[in-house]
Amino acid sequence: MKHSFIDEYSGLDSFVHGLDPRTKLLCSLAFILAVVLTPVGTWQVYAVYLLIMAGMIWLSRLPLKYVLKRSLVIFPFVIMVVVFVPFFKQGQVVASYDIGTWHVTITYEGLQVLVNVVVKSWLCILCLIVLSSSTKFDQLLHGMYRLRVPQVFVQITSFMYRYMFVLADQAMRMQMARDSRNYGLNRGNIFKTMGNIIGMLFIRSYERAERIYAAMLSRGYSGEVVVVNQLRFRLPDAYFASALFLLLVCPAILWW
Amino acid sequence: MLTDKAVEISGLSYVYPDGQCGLKDIDLTISCGESVALIGPNGAGKSTLLLHLNGILRGSTAVKVQGLPVDDKNIREIRKKVGMVFQDPEDQLFSLNVYEDVAFGPVNMGFPAEEVDTRVKRALQKVGMRGYEKRSSHHLSIGEKKRIAIATVLSLDPGILALDEPTSSLDPRGKWALIDLLQKLPVTMIVASHDLDLVRCLCGRTVIMDSGRIVADGGTGIILGDEPLLRAHGLARDATAAGI
Repeated sequence: MKHSFIDEYSGLDSFVHGLDPRTKLLCSLAFILAVVLTPVGTWQVYAVYLLIMAGMIWLSRLPLKYVLKRSLVIFPFVIMVVVFVPFFKQGQVVASYDIGTWHVTITYEGLQVLVNVVVKSWLCILCLIVLSSSTKFDQLLHGMYRLRVPQVFVQITSFMYRYMFVLADQAMRMQMARDSRNYGLNRGNIFKTMGNIIGMLFIRSYERAERIYAAMLSRGYSGEVVVVNQLRFRLPDAYFASALFLLLVCPAILWW
Repeated sequence: MLTDKAVEISGLSYVYPDGQCGLKDIDLTISCGESVALIGPNGAGKSTLLLHLNGILRGSTAVKVQGLPVDDKNIREIRKKVGMVFQDPEDQLFSLNVYEDVAFGPVNMGFPAEEVDTRVKRALQKVGMRGYEKRSSHHLSIGEKKRIAIATVLSLDPGILALDEPTSSLDPRGKWALIDLLQKLPVTMIVASHDLDLVRCLCGRTVIMDSGRIVADGGTGIILGDEPLLRAHGLARDATAAGI
């Protein structure tokens, strides 16, 4: 069965693809921190960040359409979180409505928060998309490992990535098996079989985990994951990191 | 310690944690260089027995591998000697790419990086999978996965290979290719399988297991020629159905 990949375009060859994953991880972290820490309403700074991201996308040769499409996924979540802020935040009233006995007001400050949150999260997701699309997943994990991210996290992430598709396949097969036997079920029954499928999936994953662990033990696993080090910082890494650092610091000095 | 006995098992019993009996009084000695088939109906205890060979499961008495008893002290050495290939390659290939999977054993055994690299390349060469190093395991065909799974243990140069259903879910071409591959490997082999073609081609000796016991042990030709015996243990078509 066909699945989309997280690192679909990671096989491209570009300046960004060639950087050390550690550089990319740290730079992404710095960028996200900078975006998050920028005060509400400093639009010029956001413009600089957007330019940085545009430059990164251009440098990494990722298809713009792909990046933009992927970045849409966060909007439902973000909107769900902040959509009510304009109605509740105190401040200068932009508009007010009467719906029956209910008096609704929208404030300028509230709208500003809404737009800020949306813009900030969009910038961050752009950054993460460029990171994950320009780095092979195993390289990313190597980078995390070498940056001393706790092993447990690295291993969990690795297993998640490896078995996500296996699990999805399994779920799809079970769903097909259910659909081929399921005539005229009412909604309640569908939820019931769905519950069974999820339960079965859990048990199967649990059993698979046991078998994987046995396979790991058989090859000398002792709780420590040892990684053969293939990563090396190069000169472009230094250039890139310093350039990004300057770009992130400049607006802060200019406009704060 | 040099010995010509690859595996020595005497009086081994094993009870599953849920109280179900797994193995009962198993006596089995396998010489170095022998290829032994373990056949028997589902649930006969074939896989359970295999898991005792490298100490994943431990029963009532210690199994001896090349003269070494399987215990905590020897476990590292034993796991280097016994290469365990699991039935579902999806369980065996847990890393993100083929190289890391094949390197997992050697890295854990503490070999230096260059040694690991040569071992990985040699193992992939042996199963005819050079050039697959950077591929991700999930996107390989089942036949390729089986081969890589064998490479993951060959990278430790085991003297004994324990294979659980190596030809299951392979198409005939893939199955014969795998049998050819296994025939070329110069190691002691213990193969649990339902695939009688594989058993005939690969193994000189066959052991039948049923309900956790060994019920027959002998030359493959003799055992597989004994229709009533096979029928009694669910390995051949029922007499009435076959019209005998």
